[in-house]
Amino acid sequence: MRQETRAATAGAGVNAANRIEIDNVSLRYFTRQAETQALSGISLDIEPGEFVSLIGQSGCGKSTLLSIIAGILEPSEGCVRVGGKPVTAPSQRIGYMLQQDYLFEWRTILDNALLGAQIQRRDMKESRERAIHLLEKCGMGNFLHQYPRALSGGMRQRVALARTLTTNPDVVLLDEPFSALDSQTRLAIADEVVDVLRAEGKTVVLVTHDIGEAISMTDRVVVLSRRPGRIKSLHRMEFPSTPGRRPTPFEARALPEFNNYFNTLWDELDVHVEG
Amino acid sequence: MSKADPREQIMIIHTTTAGLQGAGAQSQEAQAPSPAYAAYLRRENRRQNLISTSRVLLLLAFLVLWEVLARTHVVNPMLTSYPSAVWPTLLDLLREGDLAWHTWATFRATLIGFCVSMVAGVAIAAMLWWSDFLYKVVDPFMVIANAMPKIAFVPIFYIWLGAEYSIYGMAVAISVFITIMVVYEGFRGIDPNKIKLALTLGATRRQILSMVVLPGSVPTLLAALKMNIGLALVGVIVGEFQSSSEGLGFLIINGSQVFKLNIVMAAIVVLALLSGVMYLVVARIEKATVRRYS
Repeated sequence: MRQETRAATAGAGVNAANRIEIDNVSLRYFTRQAETQALSGISLDIEPGEFVSLIGQSGCGKSTLLSIIAGILEPSEGCVRVGGKPVTAPSQRIGYMLQQDYLFEWRTILDNALLGAQIQRRDMKESRERAIHLLEKCGMGNFLHQYPRALSGGMRQRVALARTLTTNPDVVLLDEPFSALDSQTRLAIADEVVDVLRAEGKTVVLVTHDIGEAISMTDRVVVLSRRPGRIKSLHRMEFPSTPGRRPTPFEARALPEFNNYFNTLWDELDVHVEG
Repeated sequence: MSKADPREQIMIIHTTTAGLQGAGAQSQEAQAPSPAYAAYLRRENRRQNLISTSRVLLLLAFLVLWEVLARTHVVNPMLTSYPSAVWPTLLDLLREGDLAWHTWATFRATLIGFCVSMVAGVAIAAMLWWSDFLYKVVDPFMVIANAMPKIAFVPIFYIWLGAEYSIYGMAVAISVFITIMVVYEGFRGIDPNKIKLALTLGATRRQILSMVVLPGSVPTLLAALKMNIGLALVGVIVGEFQSSSEGLGFLIINGSQVFKLNIVMAAIVVLALLSGVMYLVVARIEKATVRRYS
């Protein structure tokens, strides 16, 4: 599903449940040693079906912001709404994909994909069908009854994606989901993941430290400043070279726009290598 | 599903996405072994046989030495007995039905003590995992209770619990504290990101315990099991010394009181076999289960 169709569904208001509103969110946390201001006054609206990425230097609070959207952390001030309703606890509307697959080695691939359905006490027959369908779509159909140890890193992360989508969340949060993979696998998986997520019509927030990943995979890139994390700038990723459609992540990397965006974002990130 | 099927699939994915390990290793096995590889296998087998043979020889040497030293009165056979005297005693005890009965009594008490201490240990460890506050409060007491020589309680247990239950009590007392500590450490050792994952899917604390922490701790639980079987046996034998009229512990203490070392030695031989067999059974279960957790 490409941009036109997404715009159409958004216009019809069908997927209004997928809108994310981040309203003036701040986070302080305390340890015995110190008080830390991790995030400060972050406001951002994410449209239904939009892919947004958060980039920034390590420690800028991008993963923290994702945890707040997911409802596992409570903001000190402000609030996050998904589909108009405030997020206060982990919600079935939100799927979260972590840096590594964290597949349970004692469960088969299919049972791993069904973890969320089991936790949320969903209809297991229906969930089973959906999980099998998703695993097949991710190219894992022949591994349903195998154990994770038989799988390579890329295959494991595909299973993790199926696990995230089995509970059919409106919003999918990706926390550096490819950082544990080698570089060839990353490129291949990025295409597949974007493809599956667009087809499912999800709203996506991606946290990454990889500028290329942000440009090629998402519609909008949000640059966060150093701690305390604030929104430094927003950049819309448009690719006039492929009129009428969004290039796949792999194609995008070869387009002239890619380098321009890369340079802009590199300057924005203001990277200083210390030592 | 046939064996070749998934591998074929792996090859297909390999060509489409790259970045896959492990597919190459299997395909090499199909080729005929090189002479160097065959020689390597022969060397490995020979080494394995040598180890097995040496074990048998070591046991035989021990028995022969025992026999010879006792027969030549280098050591006093009254105090040590010797294999050719123990063997008829063993047969006698077996024929009269006593030995099987005593062995069964010890085995049953060990099994009961060991089950109670596993269940209690895991339950208490789960409570400590649930409440960090509780853990912090009881931790020093647990350390002291574990370090304490529990054998000091044998007479007290006898008074408190009576002849039968003091034996179970001893088996539990010896093994339960270390079980709690080992299992708790296992629970704590679960990757926090696996718990985070369950949390993002909306899991309650109870679900995290039953779906992540407990199944994820199976290797630890089995290690605790293996350790416990030996400890429970120690508790039972010590308990039987004090209070029982049956069991291998009773045979040992009774035999030594009437100075029949043949009986003592026969009971010890059976005890060694019993603990060996129980350990092997648990080790076998462990091996079969843990494979899935690699």
